[in-house]
Amino acid sequence: MRRTLFESITHGAVTEAPPAPDKAALDELARSVERAARVKLGRSLSIREVDAGSCNGCELEIHALNNAFYDLERFGLRFVASPRHADVLLVTGPVTKNMHEALLRTYKATPDPKWVVAVGACAVDGGIFAGSYAVEGGVKDVIPVDLHIRGCPPSPTELLKGLLALLERANA
Amino acid sequence: MPLLDAITHLDKIKQHRPWARVLVADEGWRQAIDLLAQGRATLFALWGDAPSVHMALLGELYDDVVVLTYNCKGGQYRSVGAKHPPALRPERAIRDLCGLDAAGTADARPWLDLGFWDVRHPLGKQTVARKAVPYKFLPVEGEGLHQIPVGPVHAGIIEPGHFRFTANGEHVVRLEQRLGWVHKGTEHLMEGATLEQAAKLAGRTSGDSTVAYAFAFAQAVESAMQVKPPARATYLRALMAELERLANHFGDIGAICNDASFTLMHAQCGILRERTLRAAEACFGQRLMMDVIVPGGVARDITAESIAQVNTLLIEVRQVFPRLIELYDNTASLQDRTVTTGIVKPDLVRQFGAGGYVGRASGRAFDARQVFAYAPYDKLSFDVPTLDAGDVNARVWIRIREVEQSLSLIEQIMGSLPKGAIITALGKSKACEGLGIAEAFRGDVFVWLRLDGKARVARCHLRDASWFQWPLLEAAIEGNIVADFPLCNKSFNCSYSGHDL
Repeated sequence: MRRTLFESITHGAVTEAPPAPDKAALDELARSVERAARVKLGRSLSIREVDAGSCNGCELEIHALNNAFYDLERFGLRFVASPRHADVLLVTGPVTKNMHEALLRTYKATPDPKWVVAVGACAVDGGIFAGSYAVEGGVKDVIPVDLHIRGCPPSPTELLKGLLALLERANA
Repeated sequence: MPLLDAITHLDKIKQHRPWARVLVADEGWRQAIDLLAQGRATLFALWGDAPSVHMALLGELYDDVVVLTYNCKGGQYRSVGAKHPPALRPERAIRDLCGLDAAGTADARPWLDLGFWDVRHPLGKQTVARKAVPYKFLPVEGEGLHQIPVGPVHAGIIEPGHFRFTANGEHVVRLEQRLGWVHKGTEHLMEGATLEQAAKLAGRTSGDSTVAYAFAFAQAVESAMQVKPPARATYLRALMAELERLANHFGDIGAICNDASFTLMHAQCGILRERTLRAAEACFGQRLMMDVIVPGGVARDITAESIAQVNTLLIEVRQVFPRLIELYDNTASLQDRTVTTGIVKPDLVRQFGAGGYVGRASGRAFDARQVFAYAPYDKLSFDVPTLDAGDVNARVWIRIREVEQSLSLIEQIMGSLPKGAIITALGKSKACEGLGIAEAFRGDVFVWLRLDGKARVARCHLRDASWFQWPLLEAAIEGNIVADFPLCNKSFNCSYSGHDL
């Protein structure tokens, strides 16, 4: 372990800088997210993720925000375990009838001020699951939504862009 | 011995491919139940197709597959679960979805219908929903026992499900799962869908296995319609399947260590996972490779530049991964958490026919790629690693060994990628039925479908490996401390969406 740790420090061999096109986009995002977050929330925004019926594809990409390439926490954005600690609910999936009540309760448990970001094509209007007996529809059909991040699933970069858009809107 | 030698059967359905489907009466159905109870066959799938039920069996030596169909009488069939517990949850799902009852079952509680739908029996004779009644968890009595309810909304970025723990101090006496929260009615949406729509739905059964589902779905359609995808397409499918396996195994190995608070491993594996997804995007235009596999072949070809990206990935993984394995193996505090934690006994794995790393870590040497040798795996050489310990550590090691196998497979695929077309036109077909099985990273994915004469889906059943793994998690956690549950759960990494459908 010492060797791996030592090499991480001395060589930075594993945690490479992101490749060129991504790096440019990320740097740009990094600067603006940081500026906006500072103004509004003093560099701190807590996100609670709620899967209201997704296929798990969106969760995989949301997870990726925490990896060394995107390193979400450097922007002051972090995922929290309880809605009581959250400023933002990041909701995925078509909202299934079975998850309707659970989503509503999670929303009510989140203190004001709060924002809801609906993530993925299904979260917009149910996506390819729209019209099913088991599906309520999009997230907006159950709780008020401030922003939609589209994509099936949206890439981590698109997710970052979305969170930036939210911050700018919250500041307007 | 062919399974049908031991089962009295009636007509054989002609248009069902590639394995046989036969009608059975009471006697044949009972004989099949006896085979399962005696361990002479494995329950591969059990699903409703109102007014019938289908049971797919896998032979004892994995040398035969057969689908048995029983036409229910008065909406009833003899319970398989009464003698063979792995069938209990599928039977409860069949009742919720199709309204067909398993006569003589020991557990008639609902499973997927949590009381929030507007209809009952959406895949059978639909009736108006009844009022939700409180779910009866299994009774637990004893001095000093307390219960910990968890979910459906969990603390991490994960799917929803409910876990009811009964604990005695720190030790879990019983875990009871309650699933179904992300039920989307996928099989209902499949009915009447075009092949294009249906392939998309199949690819969203479980997002982490989108390639495996699309693969199995395409196989089922191709078997039914007797279409052979071009050789190049099958190699590209396998390339995607192995990239998906790599990405998921990297993610899991890191996440398991993270649940033991060893974040260094999580960070390192996260980098490998991200690099894998970027190589996938370079090759196939999307990080998770959704909708690239289509019935008849694949939707897009790869370029010379993207092949170079895959080669770079292989070089990096071969450099970094051995060091991470060494790190895992030499960190005593981590081993202390994973070794002897969450043991699943080999007998239980065999009884449930658990696939993937859950089965292989407990000595069940089943891998659909090897057993069925579907194209292109018939042309590739690889090992199916197995272990006997059945603990969290063994499930980590199976993943590690499988990463090594996948690297070798990708090298073989790149080295022998055939030239030529990437898709075969499906053409027209009369009503027909097909079965497709593909090995996802977590185990075998089973897709059965019936097409009408207009290339639309009449009925499609998708069975995730999780159906036969989830119940074993209940067994694995027994006697372990509550704090080790996340570790056990992650080492299984069962799919909620794939199970709930």
